[in-house]
Amino acid sequence: MEKLSELYQEIILDHNKNPKNFKRLEHPTHTAEGYNPLCGDHYILDLYVENGKIIDIGFSGKGCAISKSSASLMTSCIKGDSIEEAKNLFEQFRLMLKEENISGFIGKKAKITVLRGVKAFPTRIKCATLIWHTLKSALEGNTKTTTE
Amino acid sequence: MQQLENRDNESEYSLTPHVIRNDFPVFRQRIHGKPFIYLDNAASTQNPTSVIERVKKYYEEEHSNVHRGVHTLSQRATESFEKSREVVRSFLNAKSTKEIIFVRGTTEAINLVAKTYGKQILSAGDEILISGLEHHSNIVPWQILCNETGARLKVIPINKKGELILDELPKLLTNRTRLLAVVHISNALGTINPIEYLIKEAHKKGIPVLVDGAQSAPHIPIDVQKLDCDFFAFSGHKLYGPTGIGILYAKEHLLESMPPFQGGGDMIKSVTFEKTIYNDLPFKFEAGTPNVSGAIGLAEAINYITRIGMDTIAVFEKTLVHYATKRLLECNDVRIIGESKEKGGVISFLVGDVHPHDIGTILDEEGIAVRTGHHCAQPVMQFFGIPATARVSFGIYNTKEDVDHLIEGLKKIKKVFN
Repeated sequence: MEKLSELYQEIILDHNKNPKNFKRLEHPTHTAEGYNPLCGDHYILDLYVENGKIIDIGFSGKGCAISKSSASLMTSCIKGDSIEEAKNLFEQFRLMLKEENISGFIGKKAKITVLRGVKAFPTRIKCATLIWHTLKSALEGNTKTTTE
Repeated sequence: MQQLENRDNESEYSLTPHVIRNDFPVFRQRIHGKPFIYLDNAASTQNPTSVIERVKKYYEEEHSNVHRGVHTLSQRATESFEKSREVVRSFLNAKSTKEIIFVRGTTEAINLVAKTYGKQILSAGDEILISGLEHHSNIVPWQILCNETGARLKVIPINKKGELILDELPKLLTNRTRLLAVVHISNALGTINPIEYLIKEAHKKGIPVLVDGAQSAPHIPIDVQKLDCDFFAFSGHKLYGPTGIGILYAKEHLLESMPPFQGGGDMIKSVTFEKTIYNDLPFKFEAGTPNVSGAIGLAEAINYITRIGMDTIAVFEKTLVHYATKRLLECNDVRIIGESKEKGGVISFLVGDVHPHDIGTILDEEGIAVRTGHHCAQPVMQFFGIPATARVSFGIYNTKEDVDHLIEGLKKIKKVFN
């Protein structure tokens, strides 16, 4: 049960129940759809970017607790960031799920480390990274992302 | 095996899963420190010792190429391989071993029919009829074929209980329908389709019928002559046998009329650069070296379950499904998807608004294996307006205690997600 309570921490369940930035943007500059056909997780991510800075961000759709809380945490972490900062955070996030390295998260970004428990559940890593891959697609101008 | 043979004197409809479990070495292990409870039999079943030992024996004493060579091992391999075909014939009660084609699995069997029979008979404007309950493997091959030929794919709709709407059938079986391809038991919902009725109705209009038997052959008695189906497909790994082996049954006259599926060795009588004469049935459809160990393992698996008796298995699993349905419905928040009157050993369900993927992870920590997702039947999920379900599916080694553990596991889910 220990591993499991590490995965489903209170803060993750909170984000699942009451996700932050759970909305569509009216005039997004970037939009992408993220889909995991294996489990049916399906989100749409909207961004409003001005001068290389993420002014606003919103996601909508359906998925498991891990994918939804990850989306909620990601959007609240990168709102106000530059595209470069957001991309760097994705790298840190990936590293965390691979090596449990959480040293790269400072300030308000530290809250995203609650997802480190996912590392112990290899089949769920894709749930946690789905929204990040979607972000990458949106920023690169691709409208569809599929993870399997 | 010992245990099974000793049970010969017991009454006809008795099956003791606690004893059968001992025949399956996989249950010796613990998963996350808990006894292993396997409820994902609709995806793959476990293999009994007798199957594992038989495959081992083949590799230790018989392994060689079949239908070639005069040496002893080639003869042994050929003999075991062809004996396996006879075991399958008898299991399905087919007329002849010429009607039993070894393939990789149900998917390959259906693709074989689409690429040979389908391609030969279809013209633009013709129709293939399937049902709203199909697995992707009985949708996509026909879609590809329709794209190639200009034929149209029609679908028998389903109702809220997950049953076929049979009233729609007469107008869907038209004079352009060239084949009805339909699942016997739904892998996503457990619905048992009235297959005899469907076959009769199609035959009244001279339309041949392909039955996807992946979920039926391992769980209920099958008699292809009695059913009078034209094609019947099933997989070894869902029938307590190895992966990579499956069966296509087809009526002999249809197989005779069909062009070969793949070209290569074994499917020919003679080859010159000008002309090839194809081999006789069933070899015409078995190009290349077949999965010999798989076929032998499958035959051993069939021997294992027929020793228990398919009637016995069907009755046992029905009782277990009734018990599981009752227990699940006792839980608040559990919603069962698929409430057909006739149901096989499959139950799809949701727990409150917890995503099935989270259900799967929490149950796995309890040592309980269930399937979560769309079960390769996305149109079924779309019909119910849900992305996925959790699914339990039963086999001969499952017990009422397994169901009780499942219910306890579901309580843990509610505790986590309160």
